Amino acid sequence: MRKQADLLFHAVSLAALVIALVALAVLVFDIVADGGSRLSWQFLTNIASRHPEEAGVYHALMGSIWVILLTGALALPIGVAAAVYLEEYGTRSRLARFIELNIANLAAVPSIIYGLLGLGLFVRFLGMGQSVMAGASTLALLALPVVILSTREALRTVPSTIREGSYALGATKWQTIWNQVLPMALPGILTGLILSLSRAIGETAPLIAIGALTYIPFAPDGIWSKFTVLPIQIFNWVSRPQPEFKVNAAAGILVLLVLLVSMNAVAIVVRDRFQRRGRA
Amino acid sequence: MNVASRTVPASLSGIASSRGGHPPAEMNAPVKIDVDGLNFYYGSKRALDGIAVQIRANLVTAFIGPSGCGKSTFLRTLNRMNDIIPGTRVEGTVLIDGRSIYDSGVDVVQLRRKVGMVFQKSNPFPKSIYENVAYGLRINGLVKSRAEMADRVEESLRQAAIWEEVKDRLQESALALSGGQQQRLCIARALAIRPEILLMDEPASALDPIATQRIEELIYELKKKYTIVIVTHNMQQAARVSDFTAFFWLGRIVEFDRTDKMFTAPAEKLTEDYVTGRCG
Amino acid sequence: MSTRTLEWIVERMLFLCALLSVLTTAGIIGVLALETFEFLREVPVWDFLTGTEWTPLFSNRQFGVLPLIVGTVLVSSIAMVVALPMGLLAAVYLSEYAPDGVRRVVKPVLEILAGVPTVVYGYFALTFVTPLLQQVLPTLSGFNALSPGLVMGLMIMPLVSSLSEDAMQAVPRGLREGSYALGATRMQTALKVVVPAAFSGITAAFILAVSRAIGETMIVAIAAGQQPRLTGNPFVPIETMTAYIVQVSLGDTPQGTIEYRTIFAVGMLLFLMTFGLNLISTWLRERFREEYV
Repeated sequence: MRKQADLLFHAVSLAALVIALVALAVLVFDIVADGGSRLSWQFLTNIASRHPEEAGVYHALMGSIWVILLTGALALPIGVAAAVYLEEYGTRSRLARFIELNIANLAAVPSIIYGLLGLGLFVRFLGMGQSVMAGASTLALLALPVVILSTREALRTVPSTIREGSYALGATKWQTIWNQVLPMALPGILTGLILSLSRAIGETAPLIAIGALTYIPFAPDGIWSKFTVLPIQIFNWVSRPQPEFKVNAAAGILVLLVLLVSMNAVAIVVRDRFQRRGRA
Repeated sequence: MNVASRTVPASLSGIASSRGGHPPAEMNAPVKIDVDGLNFYYGSKRALDGIAVQIRANLVTAFIGPSGCGKSTFLRTLNRMNDIIPGTRVEGTVLIDGRSIYDSGVDVVQLRRKVGMVFQKSNPFPKSIYENVAYGLRINGLVKSRAEMADRVEESLRQAAIWEEVKDRLQESALALSGGQQQRLCIARALAIRPEILLMDEPASALDPIATQRIEELIYELKKKYTIVIVTHNMQQAARVSDFTAFFWLGRIVEFDRTDKMFTAPAEKLTEDYVTGRCG
Repeated sequence: MSTRTLEWIVERMLFLCALLSVLTTAGIIGVLALETFEFLREVPVWDFLTGTEWTPLFSNRQFGVLPLIVGTVLVSSIAMVVALPMGLLAAVYLSEYAPDGVRRVVKPVLEILAGVPTVVYGYFALTFVTPLLQQVLPTLSGFNALSPGLVMGLMIMPLVSSLSEDAMQAVPRGLREGSYALGATRMQTALKVVVPAAFSGITAAFILAVSRAIGETMIVAIAAGQQPRLTGNPFVPIETMTAYIVQVSLGDTPQGTIEYRTIFAVGMLLFLMTFGLNLISTWLRERFREEYV
């Protein structure tokens, strides 16, 4: 009897997992079925249009790439610096504890709230307008908690013997961090950065909130340019009643997913490659 | 520049070091490190209690004792390596060449350049062999040209008796070397910045007997130019390489004397029990 | 420049970067508070919090936020009904039953599930789940709370399972072995020993999941509709707080108008709710860590 109950429980808990995995499979299958046939080179190079069969994602794709590169450029130095401070300098102070708690809480603030911050601070107060810079700044703030957390983990994997070896040679704290600790932690840092950017590239709500317009007849040509991004283009198409636009949305989702998968693949390659070099 | 240690005629220490017999003349070498009333705390736990010892120039002083007796902790107070462990505290005086190293005006970086250190587990940086040795020179700005750098690297590798083994593969990763070679590379790295004192924390404990023998021969060579302090849990090793021995027990020095005397006619019963293997 | 000066400057700069996170929180609170304050000068706070009609974009403007809150709670509740039991069961399976090989494969797949952009889930809810449900429930409207709620549950489930599993893994082996030694089955050990021991950690995961559901935007903006409605009926269109912010952002509401300010007032409410939940979750996790780790 106890035995049967245990078996049943085993089956039920396994079922919970299987349902989730099946749902993921259905989701992917559904999107491929809806949008797969719409994917073509033209879809990538055409611009948005009122005619669904002529519309493409070129501007949105370029916008996404601009925004994500700039987000990375902003989040990497700030995030790494913050992580180095918390992990190597301020580990015991009460202020550092407060900052840590604050970061943990920020990581769980809804992304749309970051959008409102971006709208009030970057778009209006700092006068950046609805530019790539405003969007990237907003997403950088959103990505920072994750970059900081993953960088701290990467720093923690550097053995203390390496730090001691450097100090023993008369290196200062910063020399030790810059010359020994950061290079060793780099693969972990980059992996964390790419993963957080792959999250940011799918973000829609904060960019809608800052007013990244849904119809933009050009690709960005600089950081002060107006822009739209893939998820917003997808949202725009989903929201239209005509079924042809839904097909476009599915195809747009496929482009977005391919972008996501490639970023994750790059992260894995970076990690493996550095790991092998470290061991050689 | 430390005048005291250089006044010892090289010939004197050379004669003195014939194994087994220790002519008394050598034992009157000037005091290089003078420690008195040293207490050390990890948080509220006292790890060292009233340590007083005089370490003489161009001799090898060994610290022996069971694990956890404080010998490594004490070694690390001599180059203030414990500073990087949060929550530690030192009381008492440590004079090197007559100057207190715990005075507020002391530059720890300068101190560590003068007092080199080799660790229990070899800890080469995950860089090339050449870079490992060049690192200390570079961060301390000790060389002016590439040629000088190459000379100093070669000189250090020769002193550490590893030049012949690595001269054709200086650009290879240091991690590709064997354990014994790695440890000699770490010694070369420490020698490159021309310290006056070399602290060795169980430098051979992770090595096989042949590699250990090479390290011991190296120590014998090095004491012509450096004051050496070595921590070891291997009493035969202490007997073989050192001129003076301090026996640590529960954070105190039980006995400190000439090595030959310590191992043949110890004054304390506890020392006798330990060196004869009856306790510890 | 001397080395010491350089070290000092570097440390200060690193510190400033770390401080940026605090400034971000301050910035969020500042921006939201500023516009909310302006909003509350025109709409009494009591009317805002207890009013049952939300029509700021109509000519007959009403600023009662309750319909948005109820819509948010309704969708979140549906999501939790899916995410909490499924996440917990999956965590029990991964922590107590699964062989190592399965864990190694399944955990990254769950991460993928959690990493799919929410706009994709919105598409899935609107174009796949809703039509599917309509075949069983003919009265289900094209926009409704049920479908986005279910999909949101699927999205949040990996968060619950991963955090709960971490908590269970932190339970000392000794406790489990003690239970097995008394002849308990795996189920008894899991339910009577491991889950209770990991209780505060699991609760922290649950609370974080609730916070995530409340703040989730795109799924509801796409699939739940734009009709603020004081109802517990999951079959009809509703509007959540987040979806309302999106709705206003898409139009071109001029800055300085009361319509513009409503999104900050709603945002403030949303922020307070989620931030409070996050604080409780962090506190519970800290307590759990002190117990075991």
